[in-house]
Amino acid sequence: MNAIEKVGSYSMLMYRTFAIPDRWSMFFRSYSKELKKQGLDSFAIVLIISGFIGAVITIQMVLNTSNPLLPDYATGLAVRDTLLLEFSSSIMCLILAGKVGSNIASEIGTMRITEQIDALDIMGVNSANYLILPKIIAFMSIIPCLVVFSMFFGILGGYGIAYFTDVITVDKYVYGIQFMFVPYYVTYSIIKGVVFAFIIASVASYYGYSVKGGALEVGKASTDAVVNSSIIILLFNVMLTQLLLA
Amino acid sequence: MIEVKNIYKSFDGVPVLKDVSAVFETGKTNLIIGQSGSGKTVLMKSVVGIHEVDRGNIIYDNRDVTRMRGKEKNRFRREIGMLFQGSALFDSLTVLENVLFPLEMFSDDTYEEKVERAKFCLERVDLLRAVNLFPSEISGGMQKRAAIARAIVLNPKYLFCDEPNSGLDPKTSLLIDKLVQEITHEFNITTIINTHDMNSVMEIGENIVFINKGEKAWQGNKDEIYDTGCKPLEDLIFASELYKKIKHAHNMNL
Repeated sequence: MNAIEKVGSYSMLMYRTFAIPDRWSMFFRSYSKELKKQGLDSFAIVLIISGFIGAVITIQMVLNTSNPLLPDYATGLAVRDTLLLEFSSSIMCLILAGKVGSNIASEIGTMRITEQIDALDIMGVNSANYLILPKIIAFMSIIPCLVVFSMFFGILGGYGIAYFTDVITVDKYVYGIQFMFVPYYVTYSIIKGVVFAFIIASVASYYGYSVKGGALEVGKASTDAVVNSSIIILLFNVMLTQLLLA
Repeated sequence: MIEVKNIYKSFDGVPVLKDVSAVFETGKTNLIIGQSGSGKTVLMKSVVGIHEVDRGNIIYDNRDVTRMRGKEKNRFRREIGMLFQGSALFDSLTVLENVLFPLEMFSDDTYEEKVERAKFCLERVDLLRAVNLFPSEISGGMQKRAAIARAIVLNPKYLFCDEPNSGLDPKTSLLIDKLVQEITHEFNITTIINTHDMNSVMEIGENIVFINKGEKAWQGNKDEIYDTGCKPLEDLIFASELYKKIKHAHNMNL
């Protein structure tokens, strides 16, 4: 299947997905399950990665910007802006593409090869709408929390370095993270996160839904979902940065 | 009654069904039989609407489903129950939740009424003791029975069974066959069973359609199958020594 055909079948799947649910009660039941599975279960990995990356960025900044021309607070400022502008949205979503994307693709792919999706279709259920819509909406609605959570723990990781080591003082770090703070950067990061969440959930669902074959193909679909959603995220990152910041 | 008229289906230009016509009667167990690769699964999936046919008509009680689209087709599908080869129960739901699923999706009854109906169907297939178990926790035969309960919970007019005995021992296969036949008679359903299990053919073959190389080669019932004059069918049915002996005994009127 060439790229144009894939875009076409992805669009048709999304057309079927974004229909009014047959039963709102069933939708909200699936939605709450997905919120837990994709959102709450991702908080731990976001906390660990953000905390450690915040700490490492702080150390790297101190070591690589030890220039008398640069003010002391530059480290805190650079850590904050790196986290707010890129890490907590783009890089975190690339990581979540691996966790959430592969989970969605393998779950839907397994349902496809075990005829569970055929069973839904035979019952007269819009299987795309029933299976995919709650996943997309749940991930898009939990991602702002994950992005803000990641920012907070990234900055906290840097604070931990300032507190427990002598590479930078706490006062300088805290001054730096407050210096010339632009609240719009948080909004910008959340907007990017929501767009990327849509890409991750929808692309992974597409690859899972279109699996043909057996377990081997489910594994391949899972890998393809992660690789392709990562590439699309990087492409949209450039476009959104140009659109929202330039 | 389901009537199939001259249906033709190909994949990537390779014909799999070549102008097949057949009638599947109401209140009877209609069997589609044939060798592996003969096109029987494609015929069943075409009739049920999983595959769209290239040409021809599929008529369910004077309603041509090949012309149906979108919501009309989805509404129509609620009259269909299907038992899949691998049961296709939802892994994340218990047996009771699986059977409740179609009711939750389409019924306006109260929750208590839905549970009552689901338990009635589970009782009918003798599976009440497994209501709170997940599909992975029950045997293959129990999964098939749970899938039958799910298939009949909305009182379907049409029941499709894709190789219901695959992976089951002969005794359990017989139980499943008898259960499907009883349900067919009890609820006056048009049942179509896709099988290559010759025990099923001999037990419940009230109307048998034999597909050979994508074409209908014979249609009849289990009593007529001993003398069809159709060599490919005889090669299929009487392939084993046991069935050769049965045929011999039948011909000798033993």
